[in-house]
Amino acid sequence: MTELNTTANIAGPDEFYAELLAVHEDLSKAESDAFNARLILLLANHIGDRAVLSQALRAASLKKRDEEN
Amino acid sequence: MSKIFETPLYPYTRSTDQDAAEPAQHPVIVVGAGPIGLAAAIDLAMQDVAVVVVDDNDKVSWGSRAICFAKRPLEILDRLGCGDPMVDKGVMWNLGKVYFDERQVFGFNLLPEDGHKRPAFINLQQYYFEQYLIDRVRQLQAEGKPIELRGGNKVLEVAQKEDCVDLTIGTPDGPYRLHADWLIACDGAASPIRNMMGLDFVGRVFEDNFLIADVIMDAEFPTERWFWFDPPFNRGQSALLHKQPDNVWRIDFQLGWDIDRDEELKAENIDRRLKAMLGEDIKYELEWSSIYTFQCRRMDRFHEGRVIFAGDAAHQVSPFGARGANSGLQDTDNLGWKLKLILDGKAPESLLDSYDVERIHGADENILNSSRSTDFITPKSEISRIFRDAVLDLSERYEATRPMVNSGRLSVPCTYDGSPLNGPDCDGMPERTRPGSPMVDAPLPNGWLLDRLGSGFYLVAIDTDVPETLEIDGVGITGLRLSTDGDADGYLHQRYLGEAKSAVYLVRPDQHVAARWISYDEAETAGALRKAIGRSR
Ligand SMILES: Cc1cc2nc3c(=O)[nH]c(=O)nc-3n(C[C@H](O)[C@H](O)[C@H](O)COP(=O)(O)OP(=O)(O)OC[C@H]3O[C@@H](n4cnc5c(N)ncnc54)[C@H](O)[C@@H]3O)c2cc1C
Repeated sequence: MTELNTTANIAGPDEFYAELLAVHEDLSKAESDAFNARLILLLANHIGDRAVLSQALRAASLKKRDEEN
Repeated sequence: MSKIFETPLYPYTRSTDQDAAEPAQHPVIVVGAGPIGLAAAIDLAMQDVAVVVVDDNDKVSWGSRAICFAKRPLEILDRLGCGDPMVDKGVMWNLGKVYFDERQVFGFNLLPEDGHKRPAFINLQQYYFEQYLIDRVRQLQAEGKPIELRGGNKVLEVAQKEDCVDLTIGTPDGPYRLHADWLIACDGAASPIRNMMGLDFVGRVFEDNFLIADVIMDAEFPTERWFWFDPPFNRGQSALLHKQPDNVWRIDFQLGWDIDRDEELKAENIDRRLKAMLGEDIKYELEWSSIYTFQCRRMDRFHEGRVIFAGDAAHQVSPFGARGANSGLQDTDNLGWKLKLILDGKAPESLLDSYDVERIHGADENILNSSRSTDFITPKSEISRIFRDAVLDLSERYEATRPMVNSGRLSVPCTYDGSPLNGPDCDGMPERTRPGSPMVDAPLPNGWLLDRLGSGFYLVAIDTDVPETLEIDGVGITGLRLSTDGDADGYLHQRYLGEAKSAVYLVRPDQHVAARWISYDEAETAGALRKAIGRSR
């Protein structure tokens, strides 16, 4: 089974981060929220693997392991 | 012209039971002549169990209510001898379209799988559905089967005795009493019987109202299901358009929580909504309108002593997914043969526990699916609306998110995984026909597989041999030998053999798989049968 990759994996991290912020620049709060939701859905579909997606949902919640469940 | 649902089909007549000194005793009394009560009674009468159906009404469903009937219930109706009139009258559809705001987001095809006698769905008004069931009751009566339908009979009181259920029934001639060995309560979502017995019916209330307008119109619309999220003519809400027989169209408007019911139901307000949706020049006749709200809930147990609950009385779901009547028919399908074996003394009363286990499993699956649809249609928080809209916006352009669009996941039968009645499974055989699953139909050289099964246990042998008949502990089993030689399109092979060279399936009277093996073994079969009728664990 594939594990969620939580080590650095993006070449050019500064460029990616800048690009991410740039798309939000002229957006209202509501537009940004909608954009983020679309982005999450597209990326999730790209990953596809349900187990990895569940791991990502846990990882993003920033809970410590012993807090889970 | 008066409508079928305005015509008394089983008006009150006085029964000799009303003049009896002591309450007359009946093996089974069914309360409620809705779709579920009628199906339960037909099933039992066909097995020669004497059954009396009582209903305080004497007509079919007022207005259409349920309109979508799925393949599995149609197969059950075939077993009950009344699938044909439903399918002949029903409207067949495969295409659905989803709209968001002013745009069509995408269209989908249900893509029904080939090699089944029955279509994935038909649309049929609930009043026709009930009418054809009543026709079937009349047919059975003409054949001398023990089935009685008493209109104008309202259950007023129910009491469980040691060995029977004591009922007090109100009629235009005053009350009388009846005794039943078993009582099947199919008295709908508001179940007076459940209330009289003080049993809980808890679950989730959805704060929403829906307006149904069933209109008769000569419209050019194709036979498709159209669903709107947040359309200009019903901002912030949803809407549905779906075709029924006789040019009747189901139009369903979501209204939200804080509404004035009487105001919304005024003809001029319905007219305003219809014109906003379909255009100013639309010509129609309003057949039926109603506002409904819904809950998703079920009873903790589906039987309590000698009182058994089925259909909406036992469980309730939102209409999205067409799971109400469809799942209720699966209740009666599950119950009929079990009750017959118990009444004949061939199975212990504890077999009824498996009715609870199996049908609660089904109800939970339906509640889960219909709650999810409802959460998509009516997002419960700001963030859930953001995600819902994101799914819809993306779906216009990309296929990726279309499977997440949820305007109702249409009813499919459940597999009784983990049921105490399930016997051995066999490696390498197809997953979809594992023990607990409903048999999957397949074409045979002269007919259909499912038409050969039901109302008894069967041993279906594919490319191997089984005895023609068998009797275990007084329970008969019929052998059915099939061969993949005549299976040109490979359906039998795909659906029943998989990697196996041959197969023997033990099939229950409700056409669910009890156990399967590569070949016949008498001791194995006897063991699985005893398990399937609750005589061993
Ligand atoms: C708008 C809407 C759309 C729906 N669409 C679908 C769909 O597309 N597909 C689907 O499968 N389901 C659908 N349903 C659900 C479906 O209508 C119900 O699940 C179905 O009617 C349940 O049948 P029932 O026999 O359990 O109960 P009911 O049809 O409610 O029948 C109960 C009967 O019991 C009788 N009764 C009640 N109390 C007493 C008493 N004290 N004494 C004697 N008799 C009594 C009543 O007169 C009635 O005849 C829909 C429901 C609604 C409201």
